[in-house]
Amino acid sequence: MSSYSITEPSVRQKWIAGILVVGYAILTLIPLIWIIATGFKTPSDAIAYPPKVLFSPSLEGYVNLFTSRTRLAPEDLAALGEPTTWYDRIVRGYDMVITGPSRYGERFMNSVVIGFGSTFLSVFLGTIAAYAFSRFKVPLKDDLLFFILSTRMMPPIAVAIPIFLMYRELGLNDTQLGMILLYTAVNLSLSVWLLKGFIDEIPVEYEEAALIDGYTRFQAFYKVVLPQAATGIASTAIFCLIFAWNEYAFAALLTSGTAQTAPPFIPTIIGAGGKDWPAVAAGATLFLVPIMVFTILLRKHLLRGITFGAVRK
Amino acid sequence: MAQIIVKNIRKEFGAFTAVQSSSFTIEDGEFFMLLGPSGCGKTTTLRMIAGLELPTSGEIFINGEEVSQKPASQRDIAFVFQMFALYPHMNVRKNISYPLVSQGMPRDQVRAKVAEVAQILGITDILDKPVGGLSGGDRQRVALGRAIVRDPACFLMDEPLGALDAEFRERMAEELRALHDRMGATTVYVTHDQLEAMQMGDKIVVMNHGVVEQFGRPQDIYDWPATTFVARFIGSPAMNLLSFDGMVGHGTSSVTLGEAAIDIPPMIGGADGRLTLGVRPEHVHLDDAAAFRARILAAEYLGTTQIVTLDSAHGQIKARIGSHVPVRIGDTTGLRFDARSISLFAASGHALISEANQKVLSHG
Ligand SMILES: Nc1ncnc2c1ncn2[C@@H]1O[C@H](COP(=O)(O)OP(=O)(O)OP(=O)(O)O)[C@@H](O)[C@H]1O
Ligand SMILES: [Mg+2]
Repeated sequence: MSSYSITEPSVRQKWIAGILVVGYAILTLIPLIWIIATGFKTPSDAIAYPPKVLFSPSLEGYVNLFTSRTRLAPEDLAALGEPTTWYDRIVRGYDMVITGPSRYGERFMNSVVIGFGSTFLSVFLGTIAAYAFSRFKVPLKDDLLFFILSTRMMPPIAVAIPIFLMYRELGLNDTQLGMILLYTAVNLSLSVWLLKGFIDEIPVEYEEAALIDGYTRFQAFYKVVLPQAATGIASTAIFCLIFAWNEYAFAALLTSGTAQTAPPFIPTIIGAGGKDWPAVAAGATLFLVPIMVFTILLRKHLLRGITFGAVRK
Repeated sequence: MAQIIVKNIRKEFGAFTAVQSSSFTIEDGEFFMLLGPSGCGKTTTLRMIAGLELPTSGEIFINGEEVSQKPASQRDIAFVFQMFALYPHMNVRKNISYPLVSQGMPRDQVRAKVAEVAQILGITDILDKPVGGLSGGDRQRVALGRAIVRDPACFLMDEPLGALDAEFRERMAEELRALHDRMGATTVYVTHDQLEAMQMGDKIVVMNHGVVEQFGRPQDIYDWPATTFVARFIGSPAMNLLSFDGMVGHGTSSVTLGEAAIDIPPMIGGADGRLTLGVRPEHVHLDDAAAFRARILAAEYLGTTQIVTLDSAHGQIKARIGSHVPVRIGDTTGLRFDARSISLFAASGHALISEANQKVLSHG
């Protein structure tokens, strides 16, 4: 142990630190709060100038997000009679009727499948590759590791055109599988390197002890290494998911119909008139939820140093 | 319970040879010490016996069965690691029961067995604690518990006390030896501490640079070192080694160092050229009448005895004599050696066979 200062900070120091932290948090949260608030505004409130901080909330954005609507002539509207649901009523205010659900739900599910699918694959492949690199004599180990890292040395989008052509030939264009494979390929180098670092930290003696205790190599890996790599696996998974979830460029290029993810879809919500900002904001707000939930669920693992103190060095 | 025979095992890591053709036999129930300086290949040898490392060549027999290429899990051994290697994500009870669970033992039987082992080691009260917060001694006991719970054929321990502080080491050493005597299981114990090896071991293998220098009972190794390395490594202070030019042959019973004739045990082997005479400090006596002269450099008082350091024409000598003998620093005095306890070494460093050491060295 080197020398750490153990003097308690003074009340004034705590106040200053607190104000700085809270101030910075507010600053970074403003865009997020703005998006969430816009989702609950009416279109006219959303583009009002000066911007409205106080407004009466409306669910119009969310209704517009989830439905497709069409405008009817006043006499046709009258012929339909009174609106039957609260969302009908909102739409009627604009002389429109709901014709069906929008595409948002499908796009969102595409994002879920592709995001979590590629995260699972990246972490799964990354863990076994990292374990092999960490524990076994792999021929040309250093070169292979460098090669894996080198796939990250240029922006992935630089190879967009070749990938587009390749995918077209292979029939992977606009498929969930194609996007899962693509994001896995991009994330794999990160995941191998991160996880190798974590696995290197786990003393081999644990596995050797398990081997002597009568377990097979795989059981030792599964029962001893994995629980201890949980922290690393959780943080790697979060990094992978964030990338796959937010990726825009490849998604815009390679998906247009069946496999389109939410990021390229959300801007199209704004519609021909270019007025429907609340629906865009609502789409973006909902899009944030899964990744926040995922991060919060894994937070426990991120914070826990489970190997602390078990080995004397 | 097991007898372990190690036959010509050799281990290479790439171009580097960590263990060169070692052989020794560990009898059933023995407390066996693998002793040597750091990097001499003790751990590598132990790991080959355990099956954590496969020998490049050679054979290992456990109870007559050749196991050198078998995986560790099939050798019925327990290994205590220097750093204990307790599973950090499990509590004490789970750590100890882990080897039993792998055998598919029923749960109530596991519980009973763990309770019994905890009783033996005095750790019943910490069974449900996580291993993270335990003291060094308790971790050591948990590691032992995990080893003995399975009743393995033998225990392999790699410097199991190395991580403990000095005061605690002694107590754990006694506990370990007592535990061994009670269970009677063959134990192979690695250490670089010659005192620990002498105190605890039934037999000792002394290794250096991957080579077995000597193998035998502590007393035999102490009295009749097979090489100058062993002579220097064992005992504190170490054996005095005086080099001289001379020639000995069958039946020689005296050598000449400078002017002085020194009686030695009758030789059986012979050699000439640069020879080395070895004598333990307790077999050196100050005697003004003796022909071998040396000047007193220092005296270190140790209660009933004292260690006197002298300078002679053949190198420094230490003598362990009674503290009542008056010594004056700077005086020149004569030295007399107990003839029956002298060893001679050839230029290669190997001991020459005499009537005194032939019993120890011919079968070692
Ligand atoms: N996996 C390995 N690869 C390469 N060299 C190794 C390996 N394991 C051990 N060695 C080398 O073999 C030699 C013997 O190592 P070993 O661990 O057996 O020594 P030791 O006698 O146990 O020493 P210590 O008292 O320091 O533990 C050392 O020089 C070591 O560097
Ligand atoms: Mg070692």
